[in-house]
Amino acid sequence: MNDAATDTHCPYCALQCGMGLRRTDGPVPVAVVERPGFPVNRGALCGKGANAAAVLAPGARLTTPLVRTGGELRPASWDEALDRIAGAVTATAAAHGRDAVGVFGGGGLTNEKAYLLGKFARVVLGTSAIDYNGRFCMSSAAAGGIRAFGLDRGLPFPVEDIPRAGCVILVGGNPAETMPPFVRYLRELQENGGKLVVVDPRRTRTAELADLHLAPRPGTDLALALGMLHLVVAEGRTDEAFIAGRTTGWAETRAAAMAHWPEHVESVTGVPLPHLREAVRLFCEAGTGMVLTARGPEQQAKGTDTVSAWINLCLATGNAGRLHAGYGCLTGQGNGQGGREHGQKADQLPGYRKLDDPAARAHVAAVWGVDPDALPAPGRSAYELLDSLGTDVRTLLLAGSNPVVSAPRSAHVTERLRSLDFLAVSDVVLSETAALADVVLPVTQWAEETGTMTNLEGRVILRRKAAEAPAGVRSDLEVLHALAGRLGHGEGFPTEPEKAFDELRRASAGGAADYAGISYERIEAEEGVFWPCPSADHPGTPRLFLDRFATPDGRARFTAVHHRPAGEEPDEEYPVRLTTGRVLAQYQSGAQTRRVAELNAAAPGAFVELHPRLAERLGVRDGEQVAVVSRRGRTVTPARLTTAIRPDTVFMPFHWPGAANANVHTNPALDPVSRMPEFKACAVRLERCEGGG
Amino acid sequence: MLKGMTATDSTAEPRIVVIGGGMAGHRLAQQLTAHGAGRVTLLAEEEHAPYNRVLLADVLAGRYAPDTAALAALPPQVECRRARAVRIDREHRLVQCDDGAAVAYDHLVLATGSNPVLPPLRGLFDDALTGRERHELPTGVFAFRTMADCELIDRHLPGVRQAVVVGGGLLGVSAARALAARGVQVVLAHQGEHLMERHLDEEAAGLLRAHLAELGVEVHTECRVRSALTEDRRITGVELADGFRLDAELLVIATGVRPRTGLAAAAGLEVRRGIVVDDRLRTSDPAVHAVGDCAEHRGTVYGLAGPALAQADRLARLLCGQDAPYRGSRLLTRLTLAGPDSAPLDLAAFGETSPAGPGDRVVRLADASRGTYRKVIVRRDDLGGDRLVGGVLLGDLGTVGDLAGTWEGDEALSAHPLHLLTTQSTTPGGPSR
Repeated sequence: MNDAATDTHCPYCALQCGMGLRRTDGPVPVAVVERPGFPVNRGALCGKGANAAAVLAPGARLTTPLVRTGGELRPASWDEALDRIAGAVTATAAAHGRDAVGVFGGGGLTNEKAYLLGKFARVVLGTSAIDYNGRFCMSSAAAGGIRAFGLDRGLPFPVEDIPRAGCVILVGGNPAETMPPFVRYLRELQENGGKLVVVDPRRTRTAELADLHLAPRPGTDLALALGMLHLVVAEGRTDEAFIAGRTTGWAETRAAAMAHWPEHVESVTGVPLPHLREAVRLFCEAGTGMVLTARGPEQQAKGTDTVSAWINLCLATGNAGRLHAGYGCLTGQGNGQGGREHGQKADQLPGYRKLDDPAARAHVAAVWGVDPDALPAPGRSAYELLDSLGTDVRTLLLAGSNPVVSAPRSAHVTERLRSLDFLAVSDVVLSETAALADVVLPVTQWAEETGTMTNLEGRVILRRKAAEAPAGVRSDLEVLHALAGRLGHGEGFPTEPEKAFDELRRASAGGAADYAGISYERIEAEEGVFWPCPSADHPGTPRLFLDRFATPDGRARFTAVHHRPAGEEPDEEYPVRLTTGRVLAQYQSGAQTRRVAELNAAAPGAFVELHPRLAERLGVRDGEQVAVVSRRGRTVTPARLTTAIRPDTVFMPFHWPGAANANVHTNPALDPVSRMPEFKACAVRLERCEGGG
Repeated sequence: MLKGMTATDSTAEPRIVVIGGGMAGHRLAQQLTAHGAGRVTLLAEEEHAPYNRVLLADVLAGRYAPDTAALAALPPQVECRRARAVRIDREHRLVQCDDGAAVAYDHLVLATGSNPVLPPLRGLFDDALTGRERHELPTGVFAFRTMADCELIDRHLPGVRQAVVVGGGLLGVSAARALAARGVQVVLAHQGEHLMERHLDEEAAGLLRAHLAELGVEVHTECRVRSALTEDRRITGVELADGFRLDAELLVIATGVRPRTGLAAAAGLEVRRGIVVDDRLRTSDPAVHAVGDCAEHRGTVYGLAGPALAQADRLARLLCGQDAPYRGSRLLTRLTLAGPDSAPLDLAAFGETSPAGPGDRVVRLADASRGTYRKVIVRRDDLGGDRLVGGVLLGDLGTVGDLAGTWEGDEALSAHPLHLLTTQSTTPGGPSR
């Protein structure tokens, strides 16, 4: 028995809290212990992290491949399972072309897996049809960040900088429930005299902490930001020297803001103008300001423009590219950041290179030893890929994702998945999506494997193996290696994570997200390394843009944006807005957390949150079953009455499948730039259930 | 070039022509492009690049430079023509312009806005007796409607000690406040019993009047201006109906506006107070639409920017094939009187200003020392539900979001309406709990 804990990181969100895993003699092979030395969380863990080891319990997971025979999934050997997949890939490509084989990845996969999954799609399958669930997560922030700064990294500064700002505006994020250890930075901010402004349609646990809470209607964050910028101009609070010296495009952006006068913004958002004025005063009189966005403003059909509007507010007030100020995105998934940098995204190659850039293609093709012209073109985005299943894409390989629960308009996506000729799913547990598959591969998870993750700060960290996987389980890298071999590529898919990482470093070298100088040794020695880090003697880059932005001329770019209604606004038939989100004890589609007893006890099921005044109009009592009906489906969940929500809005968490699945309703109206679906605003009506109560 | 580009040509995208480069026309052109309409022509006659009319008072007050009020440039796909439309040829679907051009359309949108109404003051038009309006007002007399008006007033301001504003509605109050902010002594002459009587009851109007007085605006109600006094066609003062004379080097007229419907009427479209449109914003000719101040929808001419933008947004969607009927706007009237030194006074009002009978419930909260006043009027409907029929918030707008939502949604109230007047949140920005 080894007493020394293995230093690693939590399996859940993008904060990637440091934790130790100590071996046990019990059925769960490791126990979580504190790791106070890691700077991001300094030992603190939330309930999800503290109970993380429970997912390693033998009963909770798959330990043998499953194949579908006669309509039923039955245990099978690895050879049979892999042969079936290879056979399906070959048959589909022969009958329908290479683009008829698709790959759907996830933002929880390690950098090594994400990198090799992208390489597998481009080199072995030769398909353009690859995207991942991170598209549903940070794509709008990524697009907005690139548009303004020429670079997308969740935070351009370490989280430790946040308490040193004068004012932080947190837009549509609820870290008190989604990444609780982050909240200490908000408390420290306030202890230092800094102000916290929270923008959220709900009075969340995070909003409760705020000095000022603005509660706009879902889908109107863009107008809110424009109204604040309007007031900044009207009150003479612009930083003209910064605008002149470090930005371009101000005149058009100012004009766009002036078209959104405060009283109009009040009418659009429902936020009283005096509160908007107060927000502007807090932000502008603080000396340094930060705006942090999360899924609220981003998961909209105008998510990219909304992010741009908040960035514009930062730029106009000189709050970017200087110490303790700037715009950042609170990334969601564990490796949401790294997952989007290394080739899972339909239009990208490793190192955040663009797939349609000839120089990028040439560089990566050289690392991969293939002809640049053999690399496929950019493919379609996540929802569009899922929507094409069964028609254009006939065989799908899916890893680290559960779109039956997590995709927008999920009933339709489920039907598309069912219409595939062949579906293969790699997962730890038999998720709702895996249950539809023709072949399910049981893969290692988190504590059973080594690999790097890149957290919301752009800090590359190392997840270390702390326990042996049960017999019968293989790693994703082993799966890719075996499949590549069966499909004629015996080389190029290492099963050793560090070897994969070394290749990733070369592939990313010279790209925007340059990992060339990062090694496992350096990560261990330095508590993570911030990219870009182009060489072994480069210190890494905790703070971006202090000297120049990553645009060709070094200046940040304003983007003139205008408010527009949500893809689906309330009307007579569907008069209420639905917004979706998370609860403390569950994570994403719940595939992991719903299998942890402690977490399930804390958050046993879905609900719909509504204001007592709305409930009274409907005649609905607290706890009563209530149907939520949209153009896309119907759910039935208990009503939870709270004054913490706007009376014109209801809220559902999205962690549960079936009749409680909030994503039955969510609207796949896509952002024109990021292709982000509109998870955060759609129109519904509520109905009392007959005999309910 | 125009050959074959008619509505019957199914291969070409329909050509949409918008007459009027004000806020509604500008917004429409921008939204049409955003929704993918490829062929949009905007005919604008105003000299100024499109600007946000709502900001005029703030421009006049010196809070913004005039170019700050400019609206964003339209996307390059929109063809902008500086021309005045003089005639609509509905038969051939052509708009004749004053520069001789004829612009073909498949869909025509009238966004012609409104003109100020000038009251029949003696001395305003030197040949008024002939019945022909003289276009030139005396020096120092201005309407307050356009950026050009604003610039003319601004140019005239040096040397002005005292100004008279005629009209105590929303526009007149804004203009008076703006002039006071420029250091001018202002007399506001209002014919009605109290300020903004379309929006406010007497008590709220009294508080507004007190606020204006603090800012240096002297308000005279029930005060009719009879004559503009001039010397060499230059304003020197006004004479009131009771014979009292006020000196003034500047006279600003803000007595209302009238929809510009001449083009539509001449084309034989149905015009009542405004150009009559249905829920799809169509005039009596389904190929011709109207939005903004010139349009009359379900008997209402809004004359406000908010509904004009809402109509433009809806029409853009309708013309791009979406089913998005416009069923009217129930917006609050909002006014912010911001000064360089003083805290801004916020005012929101909607619906009826006083109870119609003993069945109406009135809930009021007034705090004279803080200068706040909040009131809602609630009426029982046929089904026994309570509905908002009017209200005012002055000086404390903490609940304006809730109130606006309830008014816009025309919902039956589920609780005592007090919550529409008070916030009980612990943080200043919080929703009521």
